[in-house]
This record gives sequence, structure tokens and C-alpha cells, in this order.
Amino acid sequence: MSNPLDPKAPAQPGIIGWIDYRLPIFGFMKGMGDYLTPKNLNYWWSFGSIAGICLMVQIITGIMLAMHYTPNINNAFQSVEHIMRDVNYGWLLRYTHAVGASMFFVTVYVHMFRAFYYGSYKSPREILWWLGVIIYLAMMAAGFMGYVLPWGQMSLWGATVITNFFDKIPLIGTAIGEWLRGGFAVENATLNRFYALHYLLPFVILGLVILHIWALHHHGSSNPTGVEVKTPKDVIPFHPYYTIKDVFGFGVFFIIFSVLIFFAPNYLGHPDNYIPANPMVTPAHIVPEWYFLPFYAILRSIPDAFLGVVAMFGAIVVLFFLPWLDTSKVRSSSYRPVFRFFFWVFVIDALFLGWLGAKPAEGWYVVAGRIATVYYFFHFLVLMPVIGKFETPKDRPKTIAEAYES
Amino acid sequence: MANNPTKIQSAAEEPADPSKRDFMVLASCGLGAVGAACVAWPLVDSMNPSADVLAQSSIEVDISSVQPGQQKKAMWRGKPIFIYRRTPEQIAEANKVNVGELRDPQTDIDRTKPGKEEWLVMVGVCTHLGCIPIAGEGEFGGWFCPCHGSQYDISGRIRKGPAPTNLLVPPYAFLNDKTIKIG
Repeated sequence: MSNPLDPKAPAQPGIIGWIDYRLPIFGFMKGMGDYLTPKNLNYWWSFGSIAGICLMVQIITGIMLAMHYTPNINNAFQSVEHIMRDVNYGWLLRYTHAVGASMFFVTVYVHMFRAFYYGSYKSPREILWWLGVIIYLAMMAAGFMGYVLPWGQMSLWGATVITNFFDKIPLIGTAIGEWLRGGFAVENATLNRFYALHYLLPFVILGLVILHIWALHHHGSSNPTGVEVKTPKDVIPFHPYYTIKDVFGFGVFFIIFSVLIFFAPNYLGHPDNYIPANPMVTPAHIVPEWYFLPFYAILRSIPDAFLGVVAMFGAIVVLFFLPWLDTSKVRSSSYRPVFRFFFWVFVIDALFLGWLGAKPAEGWYVVAGRIATVYYFFHFLVLMPVIGKFETPKDRPKTIAEAYES
Repeated sequence: MANNPTKIQSAAEEPADPSKRDFMVLASCGLGAVGAACVAWPLVDSMNPSADVLAQSSIEVDISSVQPGQQKKAMWRGKPIFIYRRTPEQIAEANKVNVGELRDPQTDIDRTKPGKEEWLVMVGVCTHLGCIPIAGEGEFGGWFCPCHGSQYDISGRIRKGPAPTNLLVPPYAFLNDKTIKIG
């Protein structure tokens, strides 16, 4: 009788086989390379692996920066200037990390809108989608806390505004706000804990990414037709086909990344953050980082402080319900003419909200912000369920291979 | 799900000349390796001493208050510097030693500046494992390291114990009678 626990005999001779018999790490890597992938993925599918590269860039540059940064309100600003002026290549590390945050968000936004367009969140990939939304929330927390660390004016007042969201919760809000800050205002205790969490969160994200990829590989990638894989002719192995395609994407990505680092490193930042934090003066015009602007616009468009915070968080919470709000049986918008039109209207609405978020809350901007906010929720809560019910989709190919050959 | 097959038919035909493909793979991987090294260097170099640390590389010390038989300590590159003003007897004792018998042979002249033999300037770090020796202790009237018992004479030369070499003399110069510049 054979031992049911006994692993298979070494597949390969030599040292690799010896290791693999004890720890099947090479077998695992080969399995990742052999992962069967729909053969019709377009470049929009490259943004997932680009996002993974972004996470690695942030973790590596972040660890190097942490070796020189001091999380204390008396030294934080100076330690950042020390990184910029004294540390060998410190300017490169910091600009890569700061621009890298923007590159990470823009990549993830493209990755999310790809999922919107191609219905990637639909059954059986709901948990895959949820993990993505949780990663996005963790990224927002990490991005926000990272922006606090240089302890400039935007750091302090951004932290003040964001932590005050929680003070708006009825009854217990003040206690929660003080607990989050570790004080009555954003002070040293806040900076110190934000640093601890800012170091922790990327590794939480890394764990979530592993779950995200695990869930992805369980049912396989979706594809532009939205038709599930049916025959061996529909798929190709990930390596070498998509490794090559993704590496090309990395090349384009790093060219754009480098242009920003070397020619416009502060383009996406705010000059006020080069003024040391001053708890007695708020900057005249305070805006969050660009990647929060649509949500900032939603926050400001609601006249009530607490309801504004609810709307802002609701704008993200609604994403969790996308698999059920989208009632259409057809996955890809390529075969949904009505929904496709409204998808692009939504893209414009989201960009418009982002543009409004950077404008002062006055005049016609306020009215426009309210209309755009209502439309944001209208898209998810009304348009998606209704269009799915009444739309007549176009004919879809029977298989991926059929679509590929036509 | 139908993606069970472990082997799939490759649509691509074998190339007529595989050496071209091999060349492309090698060239791409080589370029990638060069790129990775270029990225790695700034990361590694960021851990080297920064400009503000290197800027500490020279200090000026006022020695006007040091009396014969006294030691003054100064900080240079994060390490203590011993500035010891010796008495004529101590200088004579330092010169009496048979240099040939020393573990790290050096004359007292080698370890001082001409005409300024009364001043002994050394990095106050034991050459064994980096502790700071105590002045005026040990069998040789010089320095004694409390960590592992290395003993230095009044010229800072190793005489007994595990340390391999004499206490290091840093580069220094007398700017005038009252000031020395270390580094």
C-alpha cells in the first residue's frame, strides 16, 4: 500500500528536484507560468501586474526611506529635507516613492475601470472583486498617512480634516476622533502612529494581493468577450505569452514614471507641503492628493457634515454591491450598447468630480458638484439595475477562439 | 471550467533559425540585468554615509586648557579622540621601550608631531572590538580597555591583551599653539 501522504517522486533530477521534493517552490513557480489564460486579453489586462510592480516599488523605496526618516513632529520635516539634500540618492528615493503613489493609484483606477467595463466583478469573481475593493481602501489609508509623514502644512491640515470626519459621527464621534489622533488635535502621537501604520499597511496589501491572485487563478481571468473559457483553443499559458506582453507594458509604464520623477517630480504634489506644519495657521486653499479628489468633491457637495462623510464612504461601499447591482447576464460592455454609453458617461462624471474637487467650494462649482454626486450614485443604484433588465444585448461569440479568429 | 488540459497545442511553428530567438532572449535578459543593477545601486548607496555625516570629517579642538598629565576628549566622526598632554617623564618612558619587542612596532616619534612630542592624539577606540579604553590604568601607565583587558602604553601602543594593533593616530595638524584640527 502506498503512503497517501507521500509526495510525488522528484520530477527533476539534481538540486532543483531535491529542493522541490522538500519544498515544491519550483513546481509552484512553474504552475504560475503554466497558468492558462484567455488568449484574447488586451492591454487593459496588463494593469493588474503593473499594479503589483507599483506595490513592490513602494515597499522597496519605502523601506530605504524609513532608514532616514524620523517620525517626530520636531524632526520629521527636517529629516525629509535631510533625505532630499544629504542622503545619497535620497532625492531619487523620495521622488520615486511620492510619484510612485500617484502611479499606483492611476494604475489601480485603470484596473478598476477595466473591471467596470468588462464586468469582471460578476459571478464567480465576486470575492476577487471584494478583495480588490479592500486593497483599494487599504491603499487610500496608506496614501493618506504617507502624505502626513513629511509634516508640512498639507500634511497637518489634511490629517486634521480627515480625522475630523470621524468626529462627525453622532454621540460618540468626539471620543473616536480623540482615540484616532491620540490627542485633542493632530500632534506627535498622531504622526507616530501614522508612521507605524504606514509601514504596516503595504504588507497587509501584499497579503491581500496574494489572496486576490489566488481567487483570480481559481476561476481564471475574465476576458474582453466576457465569454467563459470553453475549449483548450481558448487559452494560452501565461508564460511566455503574457509575461512578454506584461514586460512590454512595464517598459511603457516606467518611461512615463521616469518622466515624472526626473522632469516633474512635484507636479502632482502641493507646494504648501514644503512649509513646515503650523498648528496656528491653515493654508488658504486646502486640497487632498489628486487621487482623492472625486471623493472630496462628493464630501463637499453635501451641506451636512455627517451626511457628507456618509456619502463619501458610501461612494466606495457601493462598489462592494456591484456584482448584484449589475443585473445583466452579459459580462462585457462590448455587447451592451446602452450600458456602454452610460459607462462612458460615468467615466466623464468621475473625472468631472475629480476636477471639481480641486476647485474652491463656491459659486457654480457647488451646484455642479451636487449634480455630479447625485449622478455618481444614480449610475450605480438606478442605471445599472435598470439597464441590465431592459437592455437588448448584441450577439456574443460562442467561444473566445471564435471571437479571436473573426 | 474547461481549462483543465495540462498540455496545449502551440499555434506557433518552430522558427527556421532558433539561434535568432536565443540571441533575442539573451540580449533582453542582459539588458534587463544591467537595468536592474542601475536601479539597485541608488538603493544600496543610500545606506552609505550621507553628506551631513561626511561633513563631520574634520573638527577643530581648543587645547589651551589641557595641563601636562591631563587628557581631553573630543568627538570626531562619532568616535572619541584622546588628546593627551604628556609630562617629560612620560615621553622619556615612551622612548625607552625596545620597539622590536612590540606587537605592532612603532617608535614614539612615529606617533607624534616633530616638536610637539608632548601631545599624543589618538582615536580612543580599542583596536580589539571597539570599546573605549580608560586613561591612567593598566600595567604600562597608559590605557586599559575594560572589555577584554587590552593594555596600551603611554604612547598608545598595544603591550598586552587581545588587541592586534596600536591605538590609531588620526590625521591631524596644529593650526597654532592652542588649536588642533583633526581630520
